[in-house]
Amino acid sequence: MKILLTGARIIDPSQKIDAVMDIMIADGKICQTGLDLLKSAKSKDAAKIKIMELGGMVLTPGLIDMHTHLREPGQEYKETISSGAQAAVAGGFTSIACMPNTDPINDNRSITEFMKRKAVEASLANVYPIGAISKDSAGHHLTEFWDLKEAGAVALSDDGKPVMDAALMRHALEYAYSLGLPVISHCEDTNLSAGGQMNEGYYSTILGLRGIPSISEEAMVARDILLAEFTKTHVHIAHVSTKGSVRLIREAKKRGLKITAETAPHYFTLTDETLQTYNTRLKVNPPLRSAADVTAIKEGLADGTLDAIVTDHAPHARTDKELEFEYASNGISGLETSLSLSLRLVREGVLSLPELIAKMSINPAQILRLPKGTLEAGADADITVIDPQLPWIVDVKTFYSKGKNSPFHGWEMQGKAVLTIVGGEIKYAGPSLNI
Amino acid sequence: MKFDRKDILGIKDLSVDEINVILETAESFLEISTREIKKVPTLRGKTIINLFFEASTRTRTSFEIAGKRLSADTINISASTSSVVKGETLIDTARNLEAMNPDVIVIRHSAAGAPHLLATLVKQAIINAGDGAHEHPTQALLDMMTIKEKKGKLAGLKVAIVGDIAHSRVARSNIYGLAKMGAEVVLAGPATMLPRDIEQMGVKSYTKLEDAICDADVVMMLRIQLERQKQNIFPSLREYSQHYCLNTRNIKLARPDAIVMHPGPINRGVEISPDIADDPAYSVILDQVNKGVAVRMALLYLLTGGNE
Repeated sequence: MKILLTGARIIDPSQKIDAVMDIMIADGKICQTGLDLLKSAKSKDAAKIKIMELGGMVLTPGLIDMHTHLREPGQEYKETISSGAQAAVAGGFTSIACMPNTDPINDNRSITEFMKRKAVEASLANVYPIGAISKDSAGHHLTEFWDLKEAGAVALSDDGKPVMDAALMRHALEYAYSLGLPVISHCEDTNLSAGGQMNEGYYSTILGLRGIPSISEEAMVARDILLAEFTKTHVHIAHVSTKGSVRLIREAKKRGLKITAETAPHYFTLTDETLQTYNTRLKVNPPLRSAADVTAIKEGLADGTLDAIVTDHAPHARTDKELEFEYASNGISGLETSLSLSLRLVREGVLSLPELIAKMSINPAQILRLPKGTLEAGADADITVIDPQLPWIVDVKTFYSKGKNSPFHGWEMQGKAVLTIVGGEIKYAGPSLNI
Repeated sequence: MKFDRKDILGIKDLSVDEINVILETAESFLEISTREIKKVPTLRGKTIINLFFEASTRTRTSFEIAGKRLSADTINISASTSSVVKGETLIDTARNLEAMNPDVIVIRHSAAGAPHLLATLVKQAIINAGDGAHEHPTQALLDMMTIKEKKGKLAGLKVAIVGDIAHSRVARSNIYGLAKMGAEVVLAGPATMLPRDIEQMGVKSYTKLEDAICDADVVMMLRIQLERQKQNIFPSLREYSQHYCLNTRNIKLARPDAIVMHPGPINRGVEISPDIADDPAYSVILDQVNKGVAVRMALLYLLTGGNE
């Protein structure tokens, strides 16, 4: 079965393509990108080709979200690999990486293999498990990196239980680098952030909530940069939220160190000022920061300091959020709003559309060393089609994710993924698309 | 003016007019507590639930007496005896209480924002009796009532608040209230007890007690929570009391007619010396407690539609 996608503006940052062209896919692979493929196709075996007219649309390599939490095994009431993957394709993502903070923790090959199997059964998005750095993510003993890699883990992280022991982190970086596995660091000095509920500043002061100071992130960003420099290895900094972190990473990159970094839409969209109603949907870790931090995150995206945009998709059940602020769980269900929130950056002039797509496709693919994020001939036919104008209003009731915990409920958006193709198969087609 | 607020969650939300109405109403209720039969039928048939998730003697008793003097039925629920220990959420507790049709729910909770959550869930009037380190509006109202009685006004006064500002809901509510009423508020405490960006609330802050109380009309001392020592925000009670205890020597820096306040319970010899706490020339601590009943009567009255 061949599919010809015609008339769309094709943006493929991996090949520096930005033009209205046609693209042909067959047997799950990209076979050709070029002009007037329609004519030549029609002349040959037209009957065997499904033709999709996509005038006015933007066609990109399948988007990649390298930071999600899929909750399975252990907390299936919040999300499953299947529901998370369904949310992913609805949000335009063809590949997602999932953090190991499941129950039990993904710290051994049997969990990784289970996750992979569940993803195959769901047959929606490609799911790439991230293995734990330490057993039970307790920060004491390294997991079996080699085994995890063979089972399908694409990176290592202790996620929200940051490795406080610098010696353990050093060894993790060295050992992982020798295996070609990136280490993803959730940078948080848990002594500095202990008991914290929100960004420390004026708003935490007036709300009487214990603050999480920006230095609790920055101190660990600095440490991990120094460790990566000393060990000559690579570290990837997760969900950067502060101005100081952006500065540290920018300087490290200037010095030629192997540092990569990501941020999430809420860190360039929302500030701690919004917390004044104690809305637990806004409770997230790292916390929403100040307006100055939001500006710095945008500058970091614009100048390339921040390589990737991720969702940090953290689905929760209603019962985890309908609580006193102090007792509510951290996290935002982000897969189905990420692209639309990121498109705002293009309208604001922070990023060009190709720059944005790079941060959501080829850049994360390169960080995780996945053969993805490109429309080159021969690549897997993972494709996202975006209607950049489509107006829509976020309604959490329509989320495919089990996690309805979005602070963006009711927001008016512009632009959305309308077609998501994974391995040559249509996994999501939006209602607005006439096909 | 018509007082049409559903809840009293914090001083931050109140207008100057509303504060004045509350204080004037409270003043009119003061006399009831001096009668031989201290009871009026105003709130007969109304039900008030005191929902206390945090230990409290003074505030809970004050609310209970306030309700009873107005002839309301008052019920006390404290965390140790409630369903909280059985794992019921605040939301479930609230919905169950709502189903029993009370008129007012008074809540104290260790989590900032808990009264706000409750207020969004139930149709009853909610009074915040203290939420975490956020607000304690009835305390600030009774403090303002006391100051007004002693000084004849609030505008133009210099009020020094001394102690653990970071963890104090009393400080926050008083900062909002006093600033709205035109007083100048200055703070003092060890740097570890002054929360970040506090000066953006329109106050000056000092790390020396003497700098804050200099020429003050009112000195408000806050209780030091002994358990805070574990968080390393101060090294010892000994050192704290050497530098932040209000005593007969440093009180002389304040105006000669200065009054001394404390939300209680006091740690004698830690933040306030017994000589000051018990000296009626300075101390209005028991006047504060007295005004507390009147202020709470006023709020119960106003929230149940008393002045319509």
